Amino acid sequence: MGKPSDLVQGTLDLLILKTLTPGAMHGWAIAKRIQQVSGEVLQVQQGSLYPALHRLEQQGWIKAKWAESETGRKAKFYALTAAGHKQLETEFANWGRLSAAINLVVGEA
Amino acid sequence: MRWIDQLKMRLQMLFARRSAGAALNEELRFHVEAQIEENRAAGMTAEEARYAALRAFGNPALVREQTRAAWSWNWLESLGRDLRIAMRSLVRTPGFAAIAIGVMALGIGTTVTQFTVVRSVLLKPLPFYDPDRLTAVYESKVADENPRDTVVAPGAFAEWRERNHSFASLALYGEAEMSLSASGGQLPEMLHGEQCTWNLFSTLGVKPALGRDFIESDDRPSANGVVILSSSLWKRRFGADPGIVNQTVHMNGQSYTVIGVMPAWFAFPTPSTQLWTPAYKYTPADRMQSLGAHQFLVVGRLLPGTTVAQAAADLALISSRLHDQHADNPFVGKNANVHPLLENMVGFLRVPLYMLLAATCCVLLIACLNMGNLLLARAAARKKEQAIRAALGGGWLRLLRERMIESLLLCFLGAAAGMALAEGLLQWFVAARKDTLRVEAIHIDAVVVAVTIGLTVFCAILAAAASSLRAPDRGLLATLQDAARTAGTGHVRAKLHKTMLALQVALTVVLLVGAGLLLKSYQQLRASNLGCATDNVLTMRIDLFGGKYGKPAEIVNLYSSLIDRVRALPGVEAAGYAVAVPGQGYWTDDGFSVVEHPPLPQGAALDAINRSVDPGYFRAMQIPILRGRTFDQSKRLDGANEAVISGLFAKQYFPNEEPIGKHLNVDGKSLEIVGVVADTRYDLADDPQPMMYFSIYSGLANGSELVIRSSRNVEQLALPVQKLVAQLDPSLPVSDVLTMDQLQGKSTVDQSFTSTLLAGFASLSLLLAVAGLFGVLSYIVAQRTSEIGIRLALGAERKQVLRQMLGDGLRPAMLGLVAGLAASAGVTRLIQAMLFKTEALDPWVFGIVALLLMLAATLACLAPAWRASRLDPMAALRTE
Repeated sequence: MGKPSDLVQGTLDLLILKTLTPGAMHGWAIAKRIQQVSGEVLQVQQGSLYPALHRLEQQGWIKAKWAESETGRKAKFYALTAAGHKQLETEFANWGRLSAAINLVVGEA
Repeated sequence: MRWIDQLKMRLQMLFARRSAGAALNEELRFHVEAQIEENRAAGMTAEEARYAALRAFGNPALVREQTRAAWSWNWLESLGRDLRIAMRSLVRTPGFAAIAIGVMALGIGTTVTQFTVVRSVLLKPLPFYDPDRLTAVYESKVADENPRDTVVAPGAFAEWRERNHSFASLALYGEAEMSLSASGGQLPEMLHGEQCTWNLFSTLGVKPALGRDFIESDDRPSANGVVILSSSLWKRRFGADPGIVNQTVHMNGQSYTVIGVMPAWFAFPTPSTQLWTPAYKYTPADRMQSLGAHQFLVVGRLLPGTTVAQAAADLALISSRLHDQHADNPFVGKNANVHPLLENMVGFLRVPLYMLLAATCCVLLIACLNMGNLLLARAAARKKEQAIRAALGGGWLRLLRERMIESLLLCFLGAAAGMALAEGLLQWFVAARKDTLRVEAIHIDAVVVAVTIGLTVFCAILAAAASSLRAPDRGLLATLQDAARTAGTGHVRAKLHKTMLALQVALTVVLLVGAGLLLKSYQQLRASNLGCATDNVLTMRIDLFGGKYGKPAEIVNLYSSLIDRVRALPGVEAAGYAVAVPGQGYWTDDGFSVVEHPPLPQGAALDAINRSVDPGYFRAMQIPILRGRTFDQSKRLDGANEAVISGLFAKQYFPNEEPIGKHLNVDGKSLEIVGVVADTRYDLADDPQPMMYFSIYSGLANGSELVIRSSRNVEQLALPVQKLVAQLDPSLPVSDVLTMDQLQGKSTVDQSFTSTLLAGFASLSLLLAVAGLFGVLSYIVAQRTSEIGIRLALGAERKQVLRQMLGDGLRPAMLGLVAGLAASAGVTRLIQAMLFKTEALDPWVFGIVALLLMLAATLACLAPAWRASRLDPMAALRTE
């Protein structure tokens, strides 16, 4: 991905929220996870990941905690909040509507 | 819960920003470390792993900034940063900062001071209960060619009180001079008091702070004397003794019981009122029933729902019925007028105070324009710096915001200094003019502070806008390459400077013209001829109240012994008595008729100002005796049956006949006219009126001015004369020891104060304008140094350069002068009411102001122009 655009920013939020569903993770792990699960297609740049994480934190969808990581160093772990869960559903629904619409248009052509 | 988490986040972002920044660094570092670990696990060397990780990460500074952009309270952080930058740049140029802050402080300080006075005196409601329902009630003059307000006769008041349907309560009040006898080691003293009906305070809605209010039974001739003190009298004379209630004091030879003390903030009707006592006890009963003795004021509280107009109509009906019932008494008022109380008290101050407010606003505007000029020059000096920052990516809006913040900072610092200045000025004013109406209400309150803040922001925006008006953009590149050798640099900027300068000059001219007119008016007032001697004449008031002076014979005795002794003092050329001297005001008048003339039709009456004087008075005051002679010394008490009239009196009432030998009938007594004297003015500002003089040796006047004339330094006689009085009677209070000059000064203190103040503002603006002119021309010369150098090198004469630079500076000044004169011509007619014997378009004043300004402008421009003509061409060309 190149420079984040509005559209992509919205989907990045969705990806992050979904990735955090199983449990708390730190920033690097989230990036790695998205990369893995998407089959190396989606590579999130740090320049868009961390702003997105901090923005989601400010808005209260995720909350952060400093804890020891696997390597023994302190890292900032993010976890979904209750509101975050709800937001994930909303974002997912929006994404579904959006992609269906796009499919309709390009499907026509 | 989401909002709790959000709140926590926001608080943390606000108060723990630095630690949040450190946490972010830690987080990003962890990411890189994790990536390095992964790379090493994949088989790269330590070096390779590190480089790969960093490359993948991207620009850490950029990532940090973009992440921080997602935080809340970012606007506060950048505001703080801008403030710090502005602070630092101001500290680096302390001279500029000091001047700018000083200018703003002067402008805002004076405006806030004047606004506080206007608001406190004119706009704030009176500090009484439900003050909008309080009114002042007057009778209307007998002859209604112009229905002017007259003070009220107590008989009319009684009638109103009984028969009205519009007022919840009506109260009467009037002057009461009380001679407080010596007690506890303190000297006897004359006190300005008020006599009032018992319900005065309850009508106003105020209660005494100590003791009790008057009750109905206090207000009868048979009641015991009671008095309520003012807070200042209680503190000054009775040491703020809390046990003052029910104590007895001796005033006017009678005992009075103190029943209460009013609160410290209460002052009615003026700040110099010291005590209140019931009127029906103080004034004899027959006076209090009179319909023709107009001497009191009335205040009334309207019933809820009644308007002023309705009340006026109601009372007018009662008055006219009363007038018709007593058709034989020509002095009964015909009509009644009702005015809102606040308007009545301070209405006459409206024009002067608003005029001064307009003047201070002009000063503020000039200060803003000056600031604008300063900021513009500063912006020009930082042109290159701004261009570099713009090239590096700073938006235009960002730079404008910075300039705005600098301007705001300067203005707020100036406003803070200005508020301190205003507080100081107000303290001085309240102390210096203690007797001004409503002076107790003057202090800075929340509204004033809010207005100040609003003003400051407005000034900041004005100044910043003036300095941000840009020349058409020549592009960043051109600015960066600019090597100031280019002629025509900053021409548009110079034009801006000149426009602002012209505006400043115009405003200054308006202020100067106003000040000139007021000063001329004041001078005319003081030069007004009173018609008597005023050099080296001393006056002092002697009041003969009390048991010792109950009989006219005793009064005459004292007067006569005192004047003999005073005349015997060395240094005294002449001395005399008068109930009031010329310039002291209208005082009293009396109805009269001429015995030898046919009787007047019923309902018509004659009245003229009356004065009781001693036979030597005319000589003492050097009032020429035109015909006949002064009073006979030997005619005293009941034998004092003579009168002296003034020239106008003779002309008006004896136009074609000899007045001497005729008789006047005054209050049933027949007086023979024995002399005609020259006219005198009773007030500096008014034309002389017919006057009739009676002899003070009739013993009917128990208070008088003693006048003493000396050939030199009459003030040295003050103490000896007072000692003489004390010798004759140690309990006699002597008050108001003033020379005639001081008396005149006292009566014109308002005009003097206003004109001095305006002159001060005008001088201030002139100073600012001249300084601005000097600064702008210096700036222009500096900008065009290389151009001038080239011309000098090419053979231009120094004289030509001087003339050209002078012209450059004087042209905006001329423009401003013309605009200012035109504006003054339009504006000065608004203050015509304040001018005495001066036209609003006085050509002398306008001419002198124009000359003064041209002189000042030329002087201001001379130095920079001279410097320009003295430039060394080589040095100028080498200048960067």
